[in-house]
Amino acid sequence: MIAPPPLRLEQVTLRHGGQVAVHDLSGSFEPGSLTALVGPNGAGKTTLLRALVGLHKLAAGHVDRGGLVPADIALLPQSSQLDRHFPITCADVVALGVAGRCGAFRPIATSVRTAAREALATVGLPDHADRPIAALSTGQFQRVLFARLILQDAPVLLLDEPFAAVDATTEDVLLGLIEAWHAEGRTIVTVLHDLDLVRAVFPDTLLLSGAPIAWGPTDRALSEANRRRAGLLRTRPVRLPRAAA
Amino acid sequence: MHDLLLAPFGLGFMRRALAGCIALSVAAPPLGVFLVIRRMSLMSDVLQHGVLPGLAVGAAVAGLSVWAMGLGGVIAGLAVALLAGALARRTGAREDSQLAGVYLLALALGVVLVSAQRGIDLTHLLFGSVLAVDDTALFGMAGVATVTLLGLAVIWRPLILESLDPGFLAVTTGGGAIWHLGFMALVVLCVVAGFVALGTLMSVGLMMLPAIAARHWSNSVGGQARASVALALLASVIGLLVSYHLDVPAGPAIVLSAGGTWVLSLLAGPRESLLRSGEIG
Repeated sequence: MIAPPPLRLEQVTLRHGGQVAVHDLSGSFEPGSLTALVGPNGAGKTTLLRALVGLHKLAAGHVDRGGLVPADIALLPQSSQLDRHFPITCADVVALGVAGRCGAFRPIATSVRTAAREALATVGLPDHADRPIAALSTGQFQRVLFARLILQDAPVLLLDEPFAAVDATTEDVLLGLIEAWHAEGRTIVTVLHDLDLVRAVFPDTLLLSGAPIAWGPTDRALSEANRRRAGLLRTRPVRLPRAAA
Repeated sequence: MHDLLLAPFGLGFMRRALAGCIALSVAAPPLGVFLVIRRMSLMSDVLQHGVLPGLAVGAAVAGLSVWAMGLGGVIAGLAVALLAGALARRTGAREDSQLAGVYLLALALGVVLVSAQRGIDLTHLLFGSVLAVDDTALFGMAGVATVTLLGLAVIWRPLILESLDPGFLAVTTGGGAIWHLGFMALVVLCVVAGFVALGTLMSVGLMMLPAIAARHWSNSVGGQARASVALALLASVIGLLVSYHLDVPAGPAIVLSAGGTWVLSLLAGPRESLLRSGEIG
């Protein structure tokens, strides 16, 4: 792994479906930082991650990746965007993590296959290497994608809601991996909705709600005033309409 | 037995048809496997109708030669594939409705253009004729099969990655659209290559039916590709024999045979078939 440079954003504005998704965001993800990306649904979190790897065009502003090419930045998409019925084994999905380095044509080395099996064991799926991904539960599939991230060995990791729809055990395993990557000095940005988890594990937080609300140490970024501005405070109990007779 | 199975292939035109169908059976079904797992099966329908106006224009411009009509078909097929894709992206409408619109128009236009010319037998064009497989057509089929197999080998890994996880491919190796376009070009080539022997409406059958059946034989892309080739070869031989003995067009006979391999695979194939999964029996 090469050491991550800072990722600098200057007055970045992003549009999604004709609407402004992120407005005038400036700041930087420091090398080795572990940042939670928090905000209500539709706040532009996914769009921002996609823009950081160059999959989404900037409407305005500039992203300085400090010399990293997009392949140096690993993006874990929300798992619903992947075709889970594709006829492929877990080990092959994991091995594709090296596609950025060995390209379209070079053969995948035996060492990569071994590494893929080890990565599957690391995420707690030692017996799943030769099983098709269609047989996996949502949580197991997310573990496979984390195993692929291990093989990608990228200095910068962007994780989009990695714990959505996974059980507590899986969340523990994946969180352990994130902490291990953090200890290795990788830069990590993770979209999360569980604010207690953010406070417990993530030193920094970027709070978005269209416009950036706060970016800095988590306890300050997630102050009550900031959460209110982002629309993250619960306001009133919902009253259901009476069913029609 | 000999008269039934081997004697027909003693005839020159049957041998040429068999050689051509073997070439297509080796090349087209693996493309069909990718169309199926990319959920683009409908695209094959669009192409089979889309190439027809091109064949007609090719014949009008340069006469009834396989090369002129084939070239016209390839150009029309590529245009239709690009148009359908672009329409779906630009208008934001569901792709299937756009595809249905395009192929209905193309078929109607093709039939009008073909009917306006003397000398083209519409039935042969749509459903194929083994008698028409001359050396030129045979070289065309073999050439397309060679190009397709080489091309597929080159784009194999990016194509799998693009089908499974397009975002990941775009980030790690870049250029998702190029692999997709290359793949579509190979599909168009194979559809056009089959038109002499199988007819434009039927050549897609040899691509898709073995591919659809193949999912009951293997749970890997490579395994499905191999299974689809084996099933297509079987269907070609059976279909040509049926065509010869019953005097029916080769295209429908081969496609019906391919359909037979699909039904058998669906009922009793080793994977996810109705018998194995206990749905029936």
